[in-house]
Amino acid sequence: MMKSQFIIEVSHVSKQFEDGKFALDDVSLNVKKGEFVTILGPSGCGKTTLLRCIAGFQVATSGDILLNGEDVTNMPPHQRPVNTVFQKYALFPHLNVFDNVAFGLKLKGVEKSEMERRVKKALKMVAMSDYEYRDVDTLSGGQQQRVAIARAIINEPEVLLLDEPLAALDRKMRADMQLELREMHKKLGITFIYVTHDQEEALTLSDRIVVMREGKIQQVGSPTDIYNEPKNSFVANFIGESNILDATMVKDGLVHFCDRDFECVDKGFGEDAEVDIVIRPEDFYISDRNIPSKEEVGNKTDDIWQLYGEIISCIFKGVHYHMTVMTDNGYELEVQDYNAFELGTRVGLLVKPEDIQVMHKTRLCNNFVGTMRAGEQVEFLDELWDVSERTAERFAVGEEVDIEIDFNHINLQDDEEDGVLSGEVYYMLYKGDHYHLQIRTDDGDDIYVDTNDIWDKGDRVGIKIAPSWIRLYKRETKEES
Amino acid sequence: MPYIAILAFFVVLPLILIGIYAFTNQQGQFTIQNFVQFFHRSEAVNTFIYSIAIAMITTIICIVLGYPAAYIMAMKSFRTPAVMAMLFILPMWINFLLRTLATVELCHMFNIPLGEGPLLFGMCYDFLPFMIYPIYNTLQKIDVSVLEAACDLGANRWEVFAKVVIPLSMPGVYSGIVMVFMPTVSTFAISELLTQNKITLFGSLIQRSFGEGGIAMWNYGAALSLIMLIIISLTSFFGNNDNEEINR
Repeated sequence: MMKSQFIIEVSHVSKQFEDGKFALDDVSLNVKKGEFVTILGPSGCGKTTLLRCIAGFQVATSGDILLNGEDVTNMPPHQRPVNTVFQKYALFPHLNVFDNVAFGLKLKGVEKSEMERRVKKALKMVAMSDYEYRDVDTLSGGQQQRVAIARAIINEPEVLLLDEPLAALDRKMRADMQLELREMHKKLGITFIYVTHDQEEALTLSDRIVVMREGKIQQVGSPTDIYNEPKNSFVANFIGESNILDATMVKDGLVHFCDRDFECVDKGFGEDAEVDIVIRPEDFYISDRNIPSKEEVGNKTDDIWQLYGEIISCIFKGVHYHMTVMTDNGYELEVQDYNAFELGTRVGLLVKPEDIQVMHKTRLCNNFVGTMRAGEQVEFLDELWDVSERTAERFAVGEEVDIEIDFNHINLQDDEEDGVLSGEVYYMLYKGDHYHLQIRTDDGDDIYVDTNDIWDKGDRVGIKIAPSWIRLYKRETKEES
Repeated sequence: MPYIAILAFFVVLPLILIGIYAFTNQQGQFTIQNFVQFFHRSEAVNTFIYSIAIAMITTIICIVLGYPAAYIMAMKSFRTPAVMAMLFILPMWINFLLRTLATVELCHMFNIPLGEGPLLFGMCYDFLPFMIYPIYNTLQKIDVSVLEAACDLGANRWEVFAKVVIPLSMPGVYSGIVMVFMPTVSTFAISELLTQNKITLFGSLIQRSFGEGGIAMWNYGAALSLIMLIIISLTSFFGNNDNEEINR
């Protein structure tokens, strides 16, 4: 068999927990030898589960994991050539620093003088040379983490797995440790797989970033790829600050948003396709010189600015200022610049074609499958919903139908009792002039809603849909056969 | 303040009285005759050694039976530790004298002659929960990620158990030893019931000094109590030191 060029091959791995929820949903990932790969995502996205499947603490429900071309899917953790640095250090409280680090070598039966030499070397690597005989619980968090790293690298694993190792440290300490980890990765030359929810950490450390959400990989790429060319609105929103707007791709190289056309460099979306665009706040050019007043806009043909608006907030961020601009046509845009502008200043905005990143929309409207019921009602998401008389006439009672509902035609109620269905605001995205919400119902289904009202993540809401906005279609018979 | 008063009256004062009685004779004069008497009576010294031996055997049996029980209860994979805990705790709701009498009846039923065997059985039966609980507590507190770390570093299940679980659960074992050994050294009711007074334990010896001999034996009994007190404090010191070491 040909030896694989990848040290880790994760292919179609799913992990289903006893409650039926998928922590990993068909995840595939290849890691090259010596790479520093970061798995990034919000809590509960499955990143730790993926790491634990590679370490062997959890067994995948389906799919294979190969280490160096060898199938290790069902191999117990102590036989795998990987070592783990745990989030809460997990040092042995009954052993001192030396014995903690030497634990792996003692199991292997390494000779005493050799063991001593290697422990000293490992401790030197993490700058903990003088702490050999200290009890681990007398050490600070940062020191304990260093010992944990020394303990993991002493076995000379082929892959080092790090599960949010810096999460418990303070900001300054974290920054120092990040640099040291990078150095260590270079010196050791082994593969690092690093799990974190901190996008800054991921951008700083990694050769490649794997962005995950709800058990699925969203995007894999270098830090610059992920930052400059996010694949969808989730990645754009999660990594860095961004303006994400609804847009229409008029044709290749021309995109329409904020009520006007912009040149762009993206192609292949088709004509008049609904898309999302992202513009990073630092990619806007902003000026307050010779800006025409609201009335004059459009009269002067030589004007270079694309959008006009008023500064509605301005915050100093150390090196730059972070400002919010309310455009004349009602969009709020985040802009960063080295110059500050007074509140209320009239400004012009300009963005270069290559700084507009066009992304496919994950979905264009809510799609469900339901069944017609008597009394002009359709059943979906385990509830009965009224539909208009005209719609109901077209279908027989008991017939299966495809259902479409636009994002902006779903009515959210403060009081969950008022809705046909109740749920929780699970994810929210600001789109310049409205919010795009993901509502997770109590049964675990998702409904996507566009709204101008302000909700918070975790708010309980009732869901209502006016009968006329529920569109029904004949079920495609092809899928069934 | 009221707490200190209660403590002084019910704990310190009796201790002082035991001390005074142990070092005086019936006339109230200072003497070490009570202790000399104890060491000269070989029968008394033998009872003392025998009691300690019985207590040690009981403690060892309790560890052997109690540790696996505690381990099974503490295992995360075991779905209903609460039910297990209930099963172990249930017998403790019944007065130990009743349980002991029931054991006696059992022995009669199966024609087992009362003596050393039933005595050991009864003592283990009575004190096993005191061994299981402290061990269960420490086992339960062990961070799962520490066990995973050991596994990750190349330890198989037995090595994880021997090198991490056992050392980390030792404080529980020490408290269990203290909690079983101390009462078994001084017990008398269980031994009297389960051996029909065929075997005399140290506790019975003390009890008889106060009960049968009338006022005459009080000084001797106090001396015996003091000797037992010293033995018990020694074992509890042994337990405490180790607790501090690991809990720090």
